[in-house]
Amino acid sequence: MRNEELKIKITELLPMASFEEGGEWLNINLDANDWLPFARQMRNNEALFFDYLFCLTCIDWKAHLTMVYHLSSTKYRHTVVVKIKLDRAKPEIETVSRIWKTAEFHEREVYEMFGVNFLNHPDLRLLILPDGWEGKNPMLKDFEDPINMIRL
Amino acid sequence: MIEDTAITEKGDLTINIGPQHPATHGVLHLAVTLNGETIKKVEPHLGYIHRSIEKMCESLTYRQFIYVTSRMDYLSAHINNHACALCVEKGMQIEVPERAQVIRVLMDELTRIASHELWWGAMAMDLGAFTPFFHAFRERETINDIMEETCGARLTMNYMVPGGVMADIHPNFQRKVKDFIKLYKQKIKEYDELLTGNIIFQNRMKGIGYLSAEDAISYGCTGPTARGSGVSSDIRKLYPYEVYDKISFDEILENEGDSFARYLVRIREMNESLKIIEQLIDHIPEGDYQAKTKAVLKLPKGEFYTRVETARGELGVYIVSEGATTPYRIKFRSPGFSNLSALDHMARGSKLGDLVAMMGTLDLVIPDIDR
Repeated sequence: MRNEELKIKITELLPMASFEEGGEWLNINLDANDWLPFARQMRNNEALFFDYLFCLTCIDWKAHLTMVYHLSSTKYRHTVVVKIKLDRAKPEIETVSRIWKTAEFHEREVYEMFGVNFLNHPDLRLLILPDGWEGKNPMLKDFEDPINMIRL
Repeated sequence: MIEDTAITEKGDLTINIGPQHPATHGVLHLAVTLNGETIKKVEPHLGYIHRSIEKMCESLTYRQFIYVTSRMDYLSAHINNHACALCVEKGMQIEVPERAQVIRVLMDELTRIASHELWWGAMAMDLGAFTPFFHAFRERETINDIMEETCGARLTMNYMVPGGVMADIHPNFQRKVKDFIKLYKQKIKEYDELLTGNIIFQNRMKGIGYLSAEDAISYGCTGPTARGSGVSSDIRKLYPYEVYDKISFDEILENEGDSFARYLVRIREMNESLKIIEQLIDHIPEGDYQAKTKAVLKLPKGEFYTRVETARGELGVYIVSEGATTPYRIKFRSPGFSNLSALDHMARGSKLGDLVAMMGTLDLVIPDIDR
């Protein structure tokens, strides 16, 4: 499906979603509460069939955090980007690791690097950082570590 | 499926493989829960070589950050650099001269062969066969020599820059690559004689580490790991970049989904890479090897995503720019990270001895996973 068709189809599923166009792919802005039911529909809807989550990451915008999900369909080869704003003081969002299994590892990475709490995640622990780093999130813009970090 | 079905019972044993273990090929730590010899759970512990390359890149300029990425997947250094250069070119709308495009593709494919050769030798060594390692390195050395002449380095080449390649190819390049093609065609038969047709080897690989096509997609597996399960995932075919849409080569697919299928995909992929090199080596167009670019690169405000096919699968580079000389946020979607996440699923119910055979065909490069 082309971006215009995707936009119509997604508006049918979720009227509250807002869109950003102009980039290569259609960007969808969502509210964190709508994410899990919407993700399920994105995966299971026959016409959309977004079965491949190829990039899951987070961006620290200082005022808030933004979760970014790159979704693609191996059947129709269309791609969308889902963006969800999170409160920086208490970042929380539902896990999608039951829909796309790759999310389990990627969410663990975002959890330790950005401190985002994934609700109902099966195994939310540190993945890359060693024990004792809980609560210190290196990828946040205001993270300071005079020992391990060298400023150029 | 994802719920933890492995409940530790009395008599279960947890053993640690790595972080210093020859079969993990780097500092990977697997905590394996066993019942007798049967695997109940494999839990990877990462981060022993984590350098936070993404954070580092936030303070490097668009010319500098490319060099750090050679240290991610060091066996596909060219292809990592290529992905980053493509992303910067996309943002700056730089037109790359055709000569540079062809040189880039040639380098990528040579890298792919070199990487698969190392994988082949190392995997055979994991299974207890030592000879293939020396055979693989004999051909790999030839490629490294070609790289050394043109790029000045054998492993972390840092040859691709935004706009093209850093320097023109060495005068000997074409002749040496042709010599390599001749050599390789003679020697590739030995690979099959030594390992592919070996019944002991086949028995160890067949039916091991099964991954269905649906699971491969769900786990985000790409590259030979996904193609061994019949999932079409070759970025060179699906989303062609540079001159890949103008040359003829096949995407290798195997449907069995076991370790042997993944093995065959890589072996046959080397021949496809050779086919690409043969088509291009006599047709390197004349012209500039680098486009004229500004001294200071500034990406416009926005988000840019490019993907390329490395020897291990899909590498995505996601740059978020605020219009400055350094990226605001950069994310590398590394193929190894997703491929590794499928290991637990593949290994459950198998015997411990087969875990090495499974890991071998995932072709894990640890710095690529940890970043």
